Amino acid sequence: MSKRASYDGVAIVAPFTQPYERYSTQTAHWWIARALRGSLDAAGLKPQDVDGFTVSSFTLFPDTAVGLTQHLGLCVRWLDNVPMGGASGVIALRRAARAVQAGDASIVACCAGDANHVETFRLLLGGFSRFALDASYAYGFGGPNANFALLMDRYMQDYGATREDFGRIAVSQRENALKNPHAVMKKPLTLEQYMSARPIADPVCLFDCVMPVAGSEAFLVMSVEEAEKRGLPYATLSGAIERHNAHSEDPIQMRGGWTVDIGELYGMADCTPQDMDLVQTYDDYPVISMMQMEDLGFCAKGEGPQFVRDHDLTISGDFPHNTSGGQLSAGQAGAAGGFIGLVEAIRQVTQTAGPTQVKDARRALVSGFGMINYDRGVCSSAAILEGKA
Amino acid sequence: MTNPLSPPPRKNPQIRSVVPTQPLEIRSRAAVGLTACAAEGRFALQTCVECGTVQYPPRDACCNCLGVELPWRDITPFGELLAETTVQTSVNSYFRERAPWRMGSVKLDAGPTVLCHLHGDIEPRARVKMINRLDKAGQGVIMALPMERTPNMEDDPILRAISCDPKLRRVLIADGRNPNAPALVKVLKDAGATMIFVGEAESWRPNPNRALMPDAEILPLDVTDTASVKELAGEIGGKVDILINNARFLRPGGALARGDTGWARDEMEVNYLGLMRLAQAFGPGMCARTADGVNSAVAWVNILSVNALANDPSFGSFCASQAAALSLSQSLRGEFRSSGLRVMNVFVGPTDDEWHQPLPPPKVPPAGLARSVVQGLRDGLEDVYCGDIAKETAARHAENPKVLERELTMGGAG
Repeated sequence: MSKRASYDGVAIVAPFTQPYERYSTQTAHWWIARALRGSLDAAGLKPQDVDGFTVSSFTLFPDTAVGLTQHLGLCVRWLDNVPMGGASGVIALRRAARAVQAGDASIVACCAGDANHVETFRLLLGGFSRFALDASYAYGFGGPNANFALLMDRYMQDYGATREDFGRIAVSQRENALKNPHAVMKKPLTLEQYMSARPIADPVCLFDCVMPVAGSEAFLVMSVEEAEKRGLPYATLSGAIERHNAHSEDPIQMRGGWTVDIGELYGMADCTPQDMDLVQTYDDYPVISMMQMEDLGFCAKGEGPQFVRDHDLTISGDFPHNTSGGQLSAGQAGAAGGFIGLVEAIRQVTQTAGPTQVKDARRALVSGFGMINYDRGVCSSAAILEGKA
Repeated sequence: MTNPLSPPPRKNPQIRSVVPTQPLEIRSRAAVGLTACAAEGRFALQTCVECGTVQYPPRDACCNCLGVELPWRDITPFGELLAETTVQTSVNSYFRERAPWRMGSVKLDAGPTVLCHLHGDIEPRARVKMINRLDKAGQGVIMALPMERTPNMEDDPILRAISCDPKLRRVLIADGRNPNAPALVKVLKDAGATMIFVGEAESWRPNPNRALMPDAEILPLDVTDTASVKELAGEIGGKVDILINNARFLRPGGALARGDTGWARDEMEVNYLGLMRLAQAFGPGMCARTADGVNSAVAWVNILSVNALANDPSFGSFCASQAAALSLSQSLRGEFRSSGLRVMNVFVGPTDDEWHQPLPPPKVPPAGLARSVVQGLRDGLEDVYCGDIAKETAARHAENPKVLERELTMGGAG
C-alpha cells in the first residue's frame, strides 16, 4: 500500500459552536444555519464566498446536503454528506482538505448540527440502523446504553477496570465544563456522586451517559495562503485517518479501527503520542474514551485504568482531555457530537479557546468514533492538528 | 435460582388492567426468517450455500463471499456468554414497564456473536444453550438458557414473556364431546393450569367424556349458536387465558360422494364459522388482557387437520372447511397482533377416533395430541405438527405444494 500524501497547504479556520440547548423547537436546518453563519462571521465571509459544503446530521430528514444548498442559498461546486456520527468531524475535515488541495473547492464549510425536540431521541433511536432494528432493540431496548454496558462489562472483567476509573474521566471532564460557559452541565460532579448515580444499564450509570441536546458546530477549510491573506488564525492538518468495520473477527469490541492506522497517523505527522499538548477523544461513554487512550498509543491495551489513575485529565493537568467538557458534560448534539472535540481542538491550537485554553497548546490529537450499527462502533477516525508556533 | 411464580390474588375490578404494549415489531424481510424459524421452534441462522459461513444479524448477502443464497439452516445452539447488562430503563414502554431486563452478548460455537435475552440463572462467562422464540410483537428473538435445567427455570420473567406456558393460567376447551377433551384436561392440569373450563353443546345428550374430566368445569357452549357463544363469553370471557378450539365436525367424502351440501354446511358451521363466533365473542376480551400479570391472556389454539394445507379428497369437503379455518386463523394473527395474543395452530394427521376408524396407522392418539398442545404452548409456537403424518405432509408441502397436491389426488387407476 502506498503512503498517503500529506495535507500540506491546508488551513482550518473559524471554529464556531452554536451554544447547545437541552430541548429546542428549532430544526436541524436552523441549527446548521446558525453554525454556518457563526463560522462565516468569524472569518469575515459571506455565504456566497463558500464553494464547498459538507454536512453531518441525523435530523435533516427528508433533506440531505442537497436540500440544504437550496434552503440556505449556497451555490457550491463541491458537496458532501458525512453520515458517520461520532467519526464525522475528522472525516469531513480530511475530505474537505483534499478538495482544497486538489482545487475542487477554495473554501469548504464543514457543518454538523441536530435538532432535539422532546420526541427526537426516542424516534431517532427507533430508526437507527437495520441491524439495530433486526437484532438489538428487541432485547430490552436499552439503545446505546446497553451496547456500551456490554463493552464496559467485558472491559472491566478483562482488564480489571473499576467504575472509579471511568468516574475519573467523567469527573475531570465536568471540571473542564465548568470553565465552558456554554456547557449544558453547570454543576460540579464529585466521584462520590458519580459512584452513587442511578443505574441505567449495569454497569452504565447516569453519569456515564451523555445528555442529548440540540446544537451545532462548524469550521472552514481553505488554503494556507487564503487564511493568511485574510489574516485568520489557522490550524494545519499533520495527519488524519479513518477506518470502518475493522476487526470484525473480534467477538466483542475491545479495540477500535484506530489500531489499524495509528502508525501511519503518527508517521505522517512525524511525532509521537508524547508530543500532544491535548487530546480530544469521542466520549459518548467513558469506556470508549479509555479505549481510545490505549488505541491511540498513550498506553498499552488494558493499561487505560492505570493511565487515568496516573494522570490529571483537566485543562491544567498533565493530560488535558476533552477540554470543553466533551459530550459527557457539554451535551451531545447529535452528529455535532462528532465535531465537538475537533472544533474545540481548532480553538485550542489557535489559542482562541478562551476560558478552556490549555496553556501554550500547539498540537492536538482528535479522535472520532461512530455508529453502533449492531454490537459495536463501526467508524473510527483521528487527526493531528497543529497551530502556528 | 429462579423464584417460583405464585398464584395471583383475585383481581381487583377497580384497578385498571395494564394496557398491552409491545417490543419493537419492525424487521427487515431477511430478519423475518428468524421469526419463521421461531414459529416452529427451530434454532436456525442464515448459512451461505457457497462458502458455508453462518452469519447474524440477517443480511441480503454473505459477509464473507457476497453470495446471495442464504437459507436458514438449523445450527448447533451453544455458545459462550461474552458480556451482559441489565437494562434498568428504556425509551420503549414495553421494556420500561418490565425493567430490569437482562440481556447479553453470546459468541456462538457456529461463529457469529448474537445479542440476546439472558435467563436469570446464567453465570458470567458461562456456556449457554440458545433458543429462538416469538416475543410479544410476534417476532423471533434469541434467548440464552443455562446448559442444565435449574429449579423453576420456566418461571424466569423473560422466558415467561416469550412463551405461553399454561402454568397458573385458565383454559377454555371448546368441545367437551371431542374424544381429545379428557386428554387435554389432564395434561393442562398436570402443566399447572389453575382452572379448566370445558364447553358442551346440547347438554341433554349423554356425554361419556364427562366422567373422565373430574378437574374441569363443564359449561354450556355450542359453537354453531351465536347466542350460546356470547352468553358463555359474558360469563367467563374475562378469565380465559388460553382458548383451545377443538370443536370439529367431520364426515368422509368430497363433493361427489354426497348428494347435497348438508354435511358441508355443518362442517363450515362448526369448523369455520364456529371459530369465527368464538373469536368474535372471546377475542376482544382476551386481547385486552394480554398484559394482565401472571394469569394474562396468552394464546388461542386451533386444532386443524394437516390437510388444511393440501386437500385429501377422501375427506375432501371436511378439508375445505379446514382450509377455511386455517385462512381465518391467519387473519386472526393479524387482528390479534397489536395485543400480543398468540394464535397457535396444531396440525394433526388422522386422529384415532370413529371417523378415521378404517384408516391404517399411524393415527394420532388423544394423549399425543394433548402433549403437543402443551409443549407448543410452553415453547410459544405458532405452528405445531403433531404426529408422523402431519410432520411428513408439512415437509412435503414445504418442499413443493404442487407435487403434494398431485400425490394426494391419485385417481386410483391401475
